[in-house]
Amino acid sequence: MLFIFAAAMTTLFMMDVEKLGRRGESYLLLLASTLGMNLMASASDLVMLYLAIETTSIPLYVLSGFMVDDEKSTESGFKYLLFGAMTSAVMLYGFSLLFGFTGTTNLYEIAAAIAGAQVSTVTALGVITLILVGLGFKVSLVPFHFWAPDTYEGAPTPVAGFLSTASKAAGFAVLVRLFFIAFAKNGLSPDWTTGLAVLATLTMTLGNLVAMTQTNIKRLLAYSSIAHAGYAMIGVVAFSDLGATSVIFYLIAYILTNLAAFGIVAVFSRVSGSDRIADYAGLSRRSPWLAMAMLVAFLSLAGMPPFGGFVAKVFVFAAAVKADMIWLAFVGVINSILGVYYYLTVLKVVYLYRMEGEAEESHPIPLTRPYGIALVVLSLGVLLIGTLFAPWFGASGAAALNLF
Amino acid sequence: MIPLSWYLILAAALFSVGLFGVLARKNAIAILLGIELMLNAVNINLVAFWRYGSLASIAGQVFAIIVFAVAAAEVAVGLGLVISIYRRRNTVVADELDLMKW
Repeated sequence: MLFIFAAAMTTLFMMDVEKLGRRGESYLLLLASTLGMNLMASASDLVMLYLAIETTSIPLYVLSGFMVDDEKSTESGFKYLLFGAMTSAVMLYGFSLLFGFTGTTNLYEIAAAIAGAQVSTVTALGVITLILVGLGFKVSLVPFHFWAPDTYEGAPTPVAGFLSTASKAAGFAVLVRLFFIAFAKNGLSPDWTTGLAVLATLTMTLGNLVAMTQTNIKRLLAYSSIAHAGYAMIGVVAFSDLGATSVIFYLIAYILTNLAAFGIVAVFSRVSGSDRIADYAGLSRRSPWLAMAMLVAFLSLAGMPPFGGFVAKVFVFAAAVKADMIWLAFVGVINSILGVYYYLTVLKVVYLYRMEGEAEESHPIPLTRPYGIALVVLSLGVLLIGTLFAPWFGASGAAALNLF
Repeated sequence: MIPLSWYLILAAALFSVGLFGVLARKNAIAILLGIELMLNAVNINLVAFWRYGSLASIAGQVFAIIVFAVAAAEVAVGLGLVISIYRRRNTVVADELDLMKW
């Protein structure tokens, strides 16, 4: 459901990007990738899981390198492919060992085999590490994040938005499923939760710190999306029903928010041809509604009430506190404060700075209908999740149950 | 019969060679070749585990077949991207693809 929604929104954004929306192949690739994501979230067999992950990734490699006339786009696609292929090979090696040691490819039977102590703890942890490389790449955890800023910057903006939301959400679905089902028994969980907690801390901190120094809005969003992977990871580390629910709720809020953010960037760069943050000066006068949407998206990313990002963060931190990981929740809170700084810096440029020596009214930013519809839906969604969150939370609880 | 561990050592060695190739080589084609080596190491693992494990289930073989089908698709996309980069930039050296940093 989530992925299909994200794909639909991406399609709306793609329609008006030259060289992307006029080429039918791009929609086909998007659909293939969405199919892969749905399979990723529902696969319970290693073979199917691997096939789904590749079905998701390969069309995305093509999409990020889609604009063959553009040096940055091809470079971004290529970097994405190299990282993706390498990490998925490492993950596959982990899968093959898992198959060898347990003699089965079914996740539930693997869980039984691990619980039956057929596999020693050290071996299991080694396999987990190998698999984590591949999944860490998909959700862009530090230290597997190097592709993300380059790929997001170079890829066509709607594709970058899709990469940072739907693809990441699918990665988290697999992560939750694998770790909560297959590696849950036999006293393994304390080991990997500690490891993942460290990774989450690193991811949040590095993502936020590096984001502060960015001058390109797409790179800023890329580092912010790395940081958000860290926040969502807190829910996985909590390793409880509440944790899984909070991860899914976080992803719902994050998909809406970040799609809106990338959509705005796409609108803006289509008119001005620039992704520099400094060029956003005077946006509030050039296009008040676009600036408004940007306010909603960025404040939600920063975790301000009454937007979705706030409630999502509260649930994730609550899950951490319930799991006796107060220090992790504390790190998360500190990091959200770091995050507020750079989100507000962008908003400062949008609202307080003026264009140098020109009347902003003479440089309007026209919103085409698909963009308008998508942005309105997303902004309202962000508000709705932030205010009437109970039904959404119930839905994510149901989705979390389906993962097991 | 050759013991299982020999196959596993061979696969591990092949995997390490491939990983080294990916991390150390500068030529994009060589990196893709390294990835292929890693995937083939996985295939050796899978088939060996299947042969020495339960012959009744064909999961190992099916997995191996799927892996090389996917690997072929991946390399096709990879080479396509290499060609499109080569047309624009006249290079396939990964170090020179540095338009975007930090």
